Parts: sequence; structure tokens; C-alpha cells
Amino acid sequence: MLKVENINVYYGQIHAIKDVSFEVHEGEIVSLIGANGAGKSTILKTISGLLRSKTGHITFKGEDISKTEAYKLVPKGLAHVPEGRRIFLQMTVKENLEMGAYTKGENMAEDIESVYNHFPRLRERQNQIAGTLSGGEQQMLAMGRAMMSHPDLLILDEPSMGLAPILVQGIFDIIKEFHKMGTTILLVEQNAEMALSIADRAYVLESGRVVLTGTGEELKASDQIKKAYLGGN
Amino acid sequence: MSFLSNLISGLSLGSIYALIALGYTMVYGIAKMLNFAHGDVIMVGAFTVIVAVNSMGLPAVLGIVLSVLICVVMGVTIERIAYKPLRSSPPLSVLITAIGVSYFLQSLALIIFGSTQKSFPKVFNMEPVHLGELTIKGESIETLVVTTAIMIGLTLFINKTKMGKAMRAVSEDRAAAELMGISVNKTITVTFAIGSALASVAGLFFGATYGFIGPYTGSMPGIKAFVAAVFGGIGSIPGAMLGGILLGVIENLAKAYISTELSDAIVFGVLVLVLCLKPTGLLGKKINEKV
Repeated sequence: MLKVENINVYYGQIHAIKDVSFEVHEGEIVSLIGANGAGKSTILKTISGLLRSKTGHITFKGEDISKTEAYKLVPKGLAHVPEGRRIFLQMTVKENLEMGAYTKGENMAEDIESVYNHFPRLRERQNQIAGTLSGGEQQMLAMGRAMMSHPDLLILDEPSMGLAPILVQGIFDIIKEFHKMGTTILLVEQNAEMALSIADRAYVLESGRVVLTGTGEELKASDQIKKAYLGGN
Repeated sequence: MSFLSNLISGLSLGSIYALIALGYTMVYGIAKMLNFAHGDVIMVGAFTVIVAVNSMGLPAVLGIVLSVLICVVMGVTIERIAYKPLRSSPPLSVLITAIGVSYFLQSLALIIFGSTQKSFPKVFNMEPVHLGELTIKGESIETLVVTTAIMIGLTLFINKTKMGKAMRAVSEDRAAAELMGISVNKTITVTFAIGSALASVAGLFFGATYGFIGPYTGSMPGIKAFVAAVFGGIGSIPGAMLGGILLGVIENLAKAYISTELSDAIVFGVLVLVLCLKPTGLLGKKINEKV
């Protein structure tokens, strides 16, 4: 479904992403894990068109999207929940969801209803200004908003960031639900343990390079990963 | 009674400022730039009416429609040519470019129309209204009615329509809006179109109120409307309306009861005072984000 080949991304003089290649097949949950600053978010932003790679190609459903503007990717079936949620804080919960369906326009009420069924908390707060939501609710809103466009590929950047452990479990349960509905998922996480436990496959990033890849199980069992990311032996 | 009539003409002047201030504040909110050429759009709009009605002999209504169309096309073109290439440049470059565009428009008008002020055609023929001892000028009433209708329409547009919501989304978080599938460029174009249309309407009322238009006519109301936008909280649409109206009222009352010469100084003095007490302006938002 998504194929990233040899991308190199620069921030000015800084070479942030070095020859990264990976693939996400239809129906998979693929995770990119790595420490802070390894380049995970940069890769996601490059896929969704907010940043450009100097080299290589990004192919989505067989189409080269390396030069496609960000806003044109949503109707093609790609949705990106950015790091830090980036919900529209001054708009209501419901308006945020409407923005998620900006390119779609039809069956809005039904889709909003379906998001509310996944996240009953959002229904209770539908007319509240999004800036007043708690962190966990904001994450729910960001994910619900992305699902409004019925994406084939859902890109999630650090969905567990800053959330209490009990909420993290809830967010991962929802990711599994979305996956069961047929959504392919590309997940970036610092919480490697959680990410590896739901991922079919994962890529490990270190300073802008892919250094290791394997199935979630394999990586969870690998000593190198245990030491670096899972906190212990 | 004279206080009431001063108040009403202040409200009328203020609603013209508000129309212009809306353009400033919307462009600032969405394109994140100060379009200092915005005031000169007023002048272009007013000159269009003069040419259409006085020189070409068109009916006033057609002149007004033409003026709005020309201002919209001009506003959108200026954005395309002068500002769009600078979208990722430092704000200072954009600001200087906007000042350049402003001088360009003024000089162009100077070449075409010369430096003498032209008289503005009588587009409104409403008789003054007498309420007991109080006399209200026809222009004041028309200005107030039309600007109120425009402001209500704009508020509904921004809050209820898909495009309006997209504009709010872009103004809050450009990258997130792109990720929703909103074209930021298209949104900015629409913003400039709306802002310029409002400015041309403001030019019309300005011309009707003062009677004469010259190449530099737009700059003072432009600056005052900018002050009004900052006063109300730049980026805030209700803020621009409130700021514009208050500014007009303060200016007119200062002229009537304190001093005509000092009225501008008083207006800017009030701005300084408000910004000292509330740096974000009257309705400028500063929400605490939870992370």
C-alpha cells in the first residue's frame, strides 16, 4: 500500500533522514520506533507532503506521491494524526470532526455518529470548544477526526504521548478496532513495548537511519531492542 | 441631542473602519501577514465608482458592482504576484513587500488621475431623517444598515459554512488544516477576495461620506482600520468589528468635544492605553492549551 524508497530529508543543513526505505502492506500494522530525534515524525511528515525528500520515491497505492501537495492526499485515502494531536483548539469538537471530512461532504452525520460510538466521551462534549478537552480526549478527537475521511492508511504519530498508562491502553485498543475495520496503520511510537505488541512488523530508527527490522514478536525478543527501548533485560 | 447625532455619525464612520479592519484581521489570521496595501484598495474602489458613474455615465448600482469586482480581482492578483512567492519568507520581507504594493497603487493612481481630488458621485440619495430635534444624515443610515448586514453575513459565513470553517481551521493551524485536505492557498485566495470586496464597499461609503477621493485617500482610513483591528485583537473577527466601531465613535466624539486637531492623537492614545492594559486587544484570545 505504501512504499518508501531511499528518502533523504534535510532541515536546512541538517541531514535528518538518511536513505530510509520501508513498506507497509495492505491490512498491516507497521510501527516505526526509535528514540527522540531519530527522525520518526520527519518521515511521517514527508509521507504526508508537509516536508519534501531530496531523493527517492514515496508510492501510495501504486501512485508516486513524492511531489503531491499535502491536502491532495486525504481524498486519495491517507490520513495523518500529527504529533501533539494538532486539533483545532478554538473550534468545537463537532466542528473538528467536520474538518476531518472536509474533502468528503457526504454522510457527515452518519460518520460523526460512528466516531461518537467509538468515543462516547466526544459525544458528551460535542459542542464544547476543543481546547477545553483533556489530553486523552484530545487524542481521541484527533483520531476520530482522521477517521472521518475513511482512510485506507492511517498514520499515527505518538498517539500515547503524555497520556496516563490507563489511557494509553484505551488508545491502543481503538487502534486495534480501526485496524479490524480494514484500515492499514502506520504507527510511530516512543512507547516501543506497546507499539511492538500490536505491530505486525516494525522498523527501528536511529539518527535518521533504519537500523533494524522484523516482526513485532522478533523485535520484542531481541536483546538489542530490550536494552535500548524496553528498559531492561 | 447633538451628542446623539455625533454618536450616530461616529457609529457610521466606525462601521466603515470596521469593514476595512475585517480585511486586515482576516488576512492576518489566515495568511499571517499584515497587508499594508489593504487601505489603498479603498481608494481603487472609490476611483472605480468615480470613473464608472462620472466618466462612463453608468448607473450607480453598476458602478458599485464594478468596483467590488475590480477590487476582488485586484486583491487576488496582488496576493498571487506579490505575496504568494514569499509564503515561506520571513514576515519582514512580506511586510516590506506590502508597503511596496501600497506605494505602487498610490503612484499608479497618481499617474492616472493626477494629484487633485476628484468629486465622488452622489450614489445615495436618501433624505436626512428627522426624529424630533435629531437629524440623521441619509448616508449614515445607509452606511449603518449595509455594514450591519455585511457583518452579520460574514459572521454566519465564518461560523456556519464549510469554507468559513476551513478559514478558521487554517488560521489556527495551517499544517493541520492541510492534513484535513484543506488547500491553504485556495483559502488564502478566498480571504483576499472577501477582504478586498469589503474594502471596496468601505471605499464607497467613505467616498459618499467625504465627497472627494485622491490617490492617498486610502492610507489614513487604512492605518486607522489597522489600529482598529489591533485594538479589537488582531485575528479576531468580532474584535475587528468592535474595534472599528469604537474607534469611529471615539474619533467623532473627540472631534466634537475635545479638539479636531487632537482627535487622531486621542484615537492612537486610546490604542496605546488599551494595549498596555490588554496586550492581545479587546477580544484577542489567548487560550491555555492543555497538552
